[in-house]
Amino acid sequence: MTIKEIFDTMDYGPAPESASEALQWLADRGGCAGHYIGGKWGPIRDDFPTNNPATGEKLAGVTKGTAEEVATAVKAARKAQPGWAKDAHTRARILYAIARGMQKNSRLLAVMESLDNGKPIRESRDIDVPLAIRHFYYHAGMAQLMEAELPDRQPLGVCGQIIPWNFPLLMLAWKIAPALAMGNTVVLKPAEFTPLTAMVFCEIAEAAGVPPGVINIVTGDGDTGAAIVAADVDKIAFTGSTSVGRIIREQTAGSGKALSLELGGKSPYIVFEDADVDSAVEGLVDAIWFNQGQVCCAGSRLLVQEGIAERFYAKLRARMDGLRIGDPLDKAIDIGAIVDPSQRDMIAAMVSGNTEGETYQTTAPDGCFYPPTLITGLSPASHLMQEEIFGPVLAATTFRTPSEAVEIANNTRYGLAASVWSENINLALDIAPQLAAGIVWVNGTNMMDAAAGFGGVRESGFGREGGWEGLAGYTKPKIKREKLTSIAPFTGAGGPSDPLDRTAKLYIGGKQARPDGGYSRPVFGPKGALLGEASLANRKDLRNAVEAMNAAKSWGKTTGHLRAQILYYIAENLSARSDELAKRIKDLTGKAGKDEVQHCINTLFTFAAWADKYDGQAHSVPIRGVALAMKEPVGKIAAFCADDWPLLGAISPMAAAMAMGNRITLIANQPFPLAATDLYQILETSDVPGGVVNILTGDHSELAPHAAKHMDIDAVWSFSGTNLAATLEKGAAGNLKRTWINPAGPSAKDMLVAATEVKNIWIPYGA
Amino acid sequence: MTTATTQTLETSQLPQLHEPRNDGMPLDLDWVASAQANTSAIERRAATLGGRRSIKKDYQAAWLCKAISLMDLTTLSGDDTVNRVRRLCAKARQPIRADLATQLGMTGLTTGAVCVYHEMVPTAVAALEGTNIPVAAVSTGFPAGLSPFHLRIAEIGESVAAGAQEIDIVISRRHVLTGNWQALYDEMREMRDTCGEAHVKAILATGELGTLRNVAKASLVCMMAGADFIKTSTGKESVNATLPVSLTMIRAIRDYQDRTGIKVGYKPAGGISKAKDALLYLALIKDELGDRWLQPDLFRFGASSLLGDIERQLEHHVTGAYSAQWRHAIG
Repeated sequence: MTIKEIFDTMDYGPAPESASEALQWLADRGGCAGHYIGGKWGPIRDDFPTNNPATGEKLAGVTKGTAEEVATAVKAARKAQPGWAKDAHTRARILYAIARGMQKNSRLLAVMESLDNGKPIRESRDIDVPLAIRHFYYHAGMAQLMEAELPDRQPLGVCGQIIPWNFPLLMLAWKIAPALAMGNTVVLKPAEFTPLTAMVFCEIAEAAGVPPGVINIVTGDGDTGAAIVAADVDKIAFTGSTSVGRIIREQTAGSGKALSLELGGKSPYIVFEDADVDSAVEGLVDAIWFNQGQVCCAGSRLLVQEGIAERFYAKLRARMDGLRIGDPLDKAIDIGAIVDPSQRDMIAAMVSGNTEGETYQTTAPDGCFYPPTLITGLSPASHLMQEEIFGPVLAATTFRTPSEAVEIANNTRYGLAASVWSENINLALDIAPQLAAGIVWVNGTNMMDAAAGFGGVRESGFGREGGWEGLAGYTKPKIKREKLTSIAPFTGAGGPSDPLDRTAKLYIGGKQARPDGGYSRPVFGPKGALLGEASLANRKDLRNAVEAMNAAKSWGKTTGHLRAQILYYIAENLSARSDELAKRIKDLTGKAGKDEVQHCINTLFTFAAWADKYDGQAHSVPIRGVALAMKEPVGKIAAFCADDWPLLGAISPMAAAMAMGNRITLIANQPFPLAATDLYQILETSDVPGGVVNILTGDHSELAPHAAKHMDIDAVWSFSGTNLAATLEKGAAGNLKRTWINPAGPSAKDMLVAATEVKNIWIPYGA
Repeated sequence: MTTATTQTLETSQLPQLHEPRNDGMPLDLDWVASAQANTSAIERRAATLGGRRSIKKDYQAAWLCKAISLMDLTTLSGDDTVNRVRRLCAKARQPIRADLATQLGMTGLTTGAVCVYHEMVPTAVAALEGTNIPVAAVSTGFPAGLSPFHLRIAEIGESVAAGAQEIDIVISRRHVLTGNWQALYDEMREMRDTCGEAHVKAILATGELGTLRNVAKASLVCMMAGADFIKTSTGKESVNATLPVSLTMIRAIRDYQDRTGIKVGYKPAGGISKAKDALLYLALIKDELGDRWLQPDLFRFGASSLLGDIERQLEHHVTGAYSAQWRHAIG
């Protein structure tokens, strides 16, 4: 076209970024990606190709890591770990040098990322690479501060890390930076579709002075990933699909390996009628058309207030028409290629399988591209409103009121992120805390930064990456874990020491309830005296307890001050009956109970004190605005109480959970259940709302699988002397509930961490 | 109103010749009240625009020529003289060196208009005789707009009588800052009526309106009162045209078209002095309003130094060597 013709049409011309340097880089290294183990490359084989999705051309061969190669890498990491953990300042300097090195190679990293993944060069250049660099700078600081700020924490050891293909370099940074900062060493597997930027990164890390064995990269596919999960590592950190996350949860169950999962999402994007509609439309470009929609936290469910829906959709369709889709290396492209034809086909199949609503689609070039798609008129029951598509497809529905918006938003198995658009600060800040999500963006979307934790609730996984909260996933308490010993109940044949029948019922919903099964077991003292009978709860009693916890939902919205008052009141009532409780403990265990009762009162005071003081944070994120890290209750907790503390074993988890606004069902101490059952009357007289605390007695092993598998329990804790780890962690894979099994210590702070989720609410502002 | 079929876009820059003119509508206060502008979201969109759109090689040259054709070449100085204005008009007739124009295949390229104070209107009209370049006059007590109302109105009439085909009026910022939308509407309405056939650009002086929400509301009210164009700034405020302000105003233009079917023009003015900035603005207009707005009847740059930078970039495009300012005729 002549200049005059372009002058008349005013088209955008091509604006290509050159691929030649990146391709030369690959050619210079034999055109193959493979392992980097113990500071050395290899073995490197061409087991399968990694292609440029935009053209279908092969970029490089990829080595499929074997179990033996994984084991070699783990060994190298194990060997390097003690040395790496020694000096925090050295780690800080090296992480800083990595960040600098990435900056110096930023264009190579960006081009390589777009070649391998298909994302627009604009995104890899302006978002992925800068965020990855920022992560290393930020965690260089965390390494520097570790000794002073986390004096009670130590590294986990060797971390196995498995990352997805949607943000290859950024996810690598999210995994490696905090792990290294805290003194761990890593074995990381990049995704099979996208191993190339990890190769570039290894060279940068080596040049930055990372000692051999501290960072090990093993390339491969799902089998290689499975080998890492099975290997002798101390932690598995996984980002990827919920289905694979669930398998990893099952396979690591009972192994003692720490686990963090950052999984899928179906994040709501809520637009209220008083929103800046044009900005909300533009926000969707960044929410669902960012990275071709292949984003775990993509705003993929659009919820628009009914009165503005048609106008909003019309504006949105017009905006979609303006999106430019094509060559990822073109600097004026909005939407690039889907990572692989198999993914493209999956997206296409989900959309073509949908028969509901109205579908609006723009066009896409031939090849591995998929056009921006909007499907309006769906309902929460629609398949596409519930299932993650992981493509540029937006599913839309309407709502009438703020409470209905929350109801629809939370009507999902996932809970990663959410956006709220409203110009009314009261409305936006009322909605944000009510959303089941780890991240909420007010009048924005997909804002991320190393200083703010990222991660979800429900089946979006657990653990946070970034911020102070992210360090918990790469450290453990310095205190040593005690060996698990279960205490057998005393036996006896004697008659009741008290002529009156003393059969303790269960405590459900603020009432004493007979066990569903109608069975109980005698509880004998150390000398064989019959102290009473304890009910044997079964799965139906557990179900009833969960129903009771559901009914006590409003506890989470009470003020910290009120919760403190109630905890103090429990302490007061417990104190009034301390002699009686001490005697009960003595009768049950044969040991003096006075100290334990005092300890209980002390613990209640501790958590009452924390109830209104365990504050969130305002993170320093690089925007004009704040990211509020709010501590929210986990929700509904089932806790198996410790064997060796008949009363404190119940009081301690109860107080921690209550203080943070959780509801809890305690499965009482197994050998000595009658101390916990004595709490019923104390709770009844201490203004504890029914259902906030429920107490069951029964066999831990029998109840554990039911608690673990219950879809409406958010966390399960075990302090039991019986080893329930495998049962609980395996069962927890169902709804990916949080598990906290026989923790070392734990300190009051540890308990508060377990009793809360951090929700980061991003609030950009501007007059 | 003339129909679009009788004229092609090349033959005139005036909006009323191509599109139905904006006759305005009754003041709709509900609509004004509901206007929203989220500053941080708008700033984010504006900040990423440069990274999202890149125009290279021949396309860049063509786009820069387009920017020239959309330019209100402006002199608004106290020391303007007849000969100074003649010089500017000569530049408007031939904005780029003849050899460059030939090599680019863009002979006959002119600026969109020449913009001067009232006193200079007859000079400019005479100097531009035989071209299609209209003369725009800033008016109504420019730049503050605080002279007696009847004099402001009279000034419009004088400029139109002197041959100005476009009148750039300034609004009373105080009406916006006090939320007196009726007063703003009435003022604009009377100014528009006084312009008659001349088309009217409403200068909002956005740097003095306090918030983007005020910018959005003032844009709507001026359009309701019949503005043919809305314009950011006089060039005399401390903050003039910015991308966030532009985004806010063109979204208002889009809403107005959605509601009334009428296309209103947009003129960012002040502070746009680099070729790169001009490309960004054009991309913003293209993406937000569409290609139709990339014509002189619906879009203008108010600029005095932008042309010089564009000339250098165009020479670079032709020769491959970076250019120097003195190689191009001054205006």
